[in-house]
Amino acid sequence: MNLKTFAGGLHPPDSKHYSANKPIERCPLPDELVIPPAQHIGAPAEICINVGDQVKKGQVIATAKGFVSVPVHASTSGMVVAIEPRLHPMGKPLPAVVIKPDGKDQWEDSLQQHDPDQLNADELKKLICAAGIVGMGGATFPAHVKLSPPEGKKIDTLILNGVECEPFLTADHRMMLEESERIIDGINILRKILGLETAIIGIEVNKPDAIEKLTRDCAPHGIQVQPLKVQYPQGAEKQLIDACTGRQVPTGGLPMDCGVVVQNVGTCAAISDTIRLGRPLVERVATVTGPGIREPKNLLIAIGTSLQHMLDQCGGLDGEPAKIIMGGPMMGQTQLSLQVPAIRGTSGLLIFREQDLPRKNFGPCIRCGRCVSVCPIHLQPTTIAAYARLDMIDEAENNNALDCIECGCCTYICPATLPLVQSIRHIKGSILAKRRKI
Amino acid sequence: MFAAILSLGGIGLVAATALGVAAKKFAVEIDPRELAILEVLPGANCGACGYPGCSGYAKGVAEGKALPTACSPGGAEVIEAIASVLGIEAVTFEPQVAVVACQGDNQKAKVKYRYLGLTDCNAAQKLADGPKTCPSGCLGLGTCERTCPFDAIEMTSENLAVINRDKCTGCEKCVAVCPRQVIRMTPRKVTTHVLCNSHDKGALIRGYCQIGCIGCHICNKTVPGAFVIENFLAHTNYEKLDELEDIELAVTKCPTKCIRDFSSGYPAGSSFVPTRNDAA
Repeated sequence: MNLKTFAGGLHPPDSKHYSANKPIERCPLPDELVIPPAQHIGAPAEICINVGDQVKKGQVIATAKGFVSVPVHASTSGMVVAIEPRLHPMGKPLPAVVIKPDGKDQWEDSLQQHDPDQLNADELKKLICAAGIVGMGGATFPAHVKLSPPEGKKIDTLILNGVECEPFLTADHRMMLEESERIIDGINILRKILGLETAIIGIEVNKPDAIEKLTRDCAPHGIQVQPLKVQYPQGAEKQLIDACTGRQVPTGGLPMDCGVVVQNVGTCAAISDTIRLGRPLVERVATVTGPGIREPKNLLIAIGTSLQHMLDQCGGLDGEPAKIIMGGPMMGQTQLSLQVPAIRGTSGLLIFREQDLPRKNFGPCIRCGRCVSVCPIHLQPTTIAAYARLDMIDEAENNNALDCIECGCCTYICPATLPLVQSIRHIKGSILAKRRKI
Repeated sequence: MFAAILSLGGIGLVAATALGVAAKKFAVEIDPRELAILEVLPGANCGACGYPGCSGYAKGVAEGKALPTACSPGGAEVIEAIASVLGIEAVTFEPQVAVVACQGDNQKAKVKYRYLGLTDCNAAQKLADGPKTCPSGCLGLGTCERTCPFDAIEMTSENLAVINRDKCTGCEKCVAVCPRQVIRMTPRKVTTHVLCNSHDKGALIRGYCQIGCIGCHICNKTVPGAFVIENFLAHTNYEKLDELEDIELAVTKCPTKCIRDFSSGYPAGSSFVPTRNDAA
């Protein structure tokens, strides 16, 4: 079978067997929820409540600051016991609202249910922004920004990201199997906002059950399901657009530059909840998995639940943890502690033990060119990394270092185990710092 | 034969005249002082003066744009030489030397996480503010060592940067690359320094470093006026220090031993030895 995909990339062992067959389970509320107002790309929200306040589930606790920003809501009802810096998944202590749940889990009274057919596109966008909807794949880019293309940009295709190309993660897979109605409803709302008909759900063929179910359910709605070859990083926007439509996003451009908007399937389900039930984004599905966990599971967690609490629901640790990753193993963030709260972008929690981690010292580049052949952006990772080591900022920039999506394919494939993506990331920071200075 | 000599000689004559005329007509006027200054400069092209290399600096001084004291690697000698070229009074110049204000190596300072990334302090600092619990101590990945044009910095086996006071010329390149601003410029003649850079309170510091300044004021009580304590961190009072005696007393009294007199030795693990100038 000749399946669609993009050029480049690779296929690491996907290790999804740990949790692919586990239905989504609701995680009980922990003793305290730590909700940081910085949970999305863009300006952090501004805390608008005080210590001692009673809050209800879905109440705004921090307001959006600027266009690329969204408000943050309480994930359960209870009392605000502290507003103080707590360890954030970014690795440093950042301000956070600490809520002690009262156990009633009561929704805010002012939340209103809407019928999407009665509202126009602008009203829908406002609701989505007010509900704090961000990209649920992990990048947490505010959804309303993507849905507001500047004038003159014509959008003709909506692509739904059901790829879940990161190994281990199965949250989107389970969502597609169990929540296809909400996803399809969300897609219809998005189609109305963008005023277009073409919608394609891209799913990799390692999820045949999800492809089958969605193909059946989508048929009456005119939504196309596109099976894709299993290839990492197909879940990255630009690669998914290439795989589904054959279009290329220009250098430094956005998907809207080639007439496409991409949203995650989880985001669609959240959008459906927001409009139909009036519920803001206060919970998400996260995969708790890895060889260091006794019972891997897919958990429906309240935002602000600590990683430790999620772990406790999954039978605890199996051995001494050596690496804790929030997100997928390729692009996820290594965590300092299990006390860190899960935030809107937490698609998974991975625990590895020392014996699961291959660690080799790196050697010299042997010029095999494998990093060049796997790079999905068609850069020359080894060249840019060499410039990065020598701190040659302009040369790195001329080799298009800024186009790197930091997928990690080059480091994964390198037989000399060179820290290629790490070097490129580092020099990208220097390039941006230099640009700011000039 | 005769024709050949005549024609070649003729070509030579014409070319020589043309060159001679061109040299006179298009002569680039160079300030003789510029050349004289360039002669006395160390020629390291380190850039410490802020000019691209020694010739750039010489030009700057000759044009009156650059200060004659800006060449720190050259020290007082060069400044005097420049002053004599310019025909001005030599300016008093305090030679400077860089000091790493930290002794928290892998043995003494707590590690926040095991860092496996690039061997570069700036890269490590971006990952959760660096792999050490201390927010301002030396990260020990050797970015300053690789930057130093004078080979004056070494990393100890326990990952602490130490600067050789003999080789350091005060060019400040290491100060510019350090992501934690742990390297300070200090007057050359002062050998006693508080080697800590953390403004955290004592209790906090004790939690992550055995050899950090806890701001206890004991040094200043022992030798009044020799130290300045700001925000729980002491530093030597550079203006007053040479007037004071018994400064060693403060070194021995310091409860965490974070004050070091470089004339009696470099931090643990360093291969450097005190110089004749520094040695007491």
